[in-house]
Amino acid sequence: MKLADLAALNAEKAARRAAVLVTDTAAGETRLIRAAELAAAPLTGSALGMAAAEAIRTGRSGMAEIDGRALFLTAHVPPVRVVVTGAVHISQALQPMARQVGLDVTIIDPRTAFATPERFPGGTVLAEWPEAALPKVGLDVYTAFVALTHDPKIDDPGLIAALSARCFYIGALGSRKTHAARVARLKDKGFSDEAIGAIHAPVGIDIGAISPAEIAVSIVAEIIAALRMRGA
Amino acid sequence: MSTTDDDILAAAETWAREGRGVALATVVQTWGSAPRPVGSHLVIDAEGNFLGSVSGGCVEGAVVTEALEVIASGAARTLTFGVADETAWRVGLTCGGRIAVYVEPVS
Repeated sequence: MKLADLAALNAEKAARRAAVLVTDTAAGETRLIRAAELAAAPLTGSALGMAAAEAIRTGRSGMAEIDGRALFLTAHVPPVRVVVTGAVHISQALQPMARQVGLDVTIIDPRTAFATPERFPGGTVLAEWPEAALPKVGLDVYTAFVALTHDPKIDDPGLIAALSARCFYIGALGSRKTHAARVARLKDKGFSDEAIGAIHAPVGIDIGAISPAEIAVSIVAEIIAALRMRGA
Repeated sequence: MSTTDDDILAAAETWAREGRGVALATVVQTWGSAPRPVGSHLVIDAEGNFLGSVSGGCVEGAVVTEALEVIASGAARTLTFGVADETAWRVGLTCGGRIAVYVEPVS
């Protein structure tokens, strides 16, 4: 591999953008395809473009026979992370649990009594309003967003940012009644029924969870399902 | 904290920029049970320093040896390891799987 290709790949990874490294193992040649290049000619609709798009969608690397050549496609997708509004009891359980399965968690809560380092040892917790914190955190399609405060003043700006950034998973804590009111507020903000319908509420898979830690298990499981069962 | 894919590729770039001879090994195919998934990387320098893994520690030694030759010659090669292969058995891919590892110079 050329050092220039490796440097370009590392730059894409640092910017949290997906890319595919295509290697002709017989010829010893490599080529970097950035995700953005897949949207335009000559890659759109080509066998190589479709194989690269599939690699990015699934996050899986593998050999592919394209135009008579055996190519190895290495999928480089940004590490998935979780952003949570609410430095609450569930978040305290969720952060270390998610870390165990390789998901980095950032917690945002402007209430300084909640958002303390002591309550979240070793984890990232920002004692700021979502409007101030989220632009720095930078939501994207490789981010899961979870709203856990019950407070529209804190959760709604997060949900709006998550819907706008097309986060691959959006979950919101609250009863069906609370969620109905939330849906009405988000509609007023101009989001479609389809976009709002993708919000997981009540949050978490149904395992009859009662304790905060059990609810955290159900949320982490739902995030993993959203990640691994895309298009399945 | 284990070494991530990002750390390995960043190290490959850093080492190459420092003027060290560098090879990158990548698991390109697996058959049966294999300890590391396709796409896993191992980066090696001309001194034999390495970071990452292509197996559970079973064949890294052999890959490093081959990588030194790749760095010296500048030509990429594909290695296969598996229980059907006497050499591979000796270096110990005992999980019963087979893997193909592509080793290329970074230049």
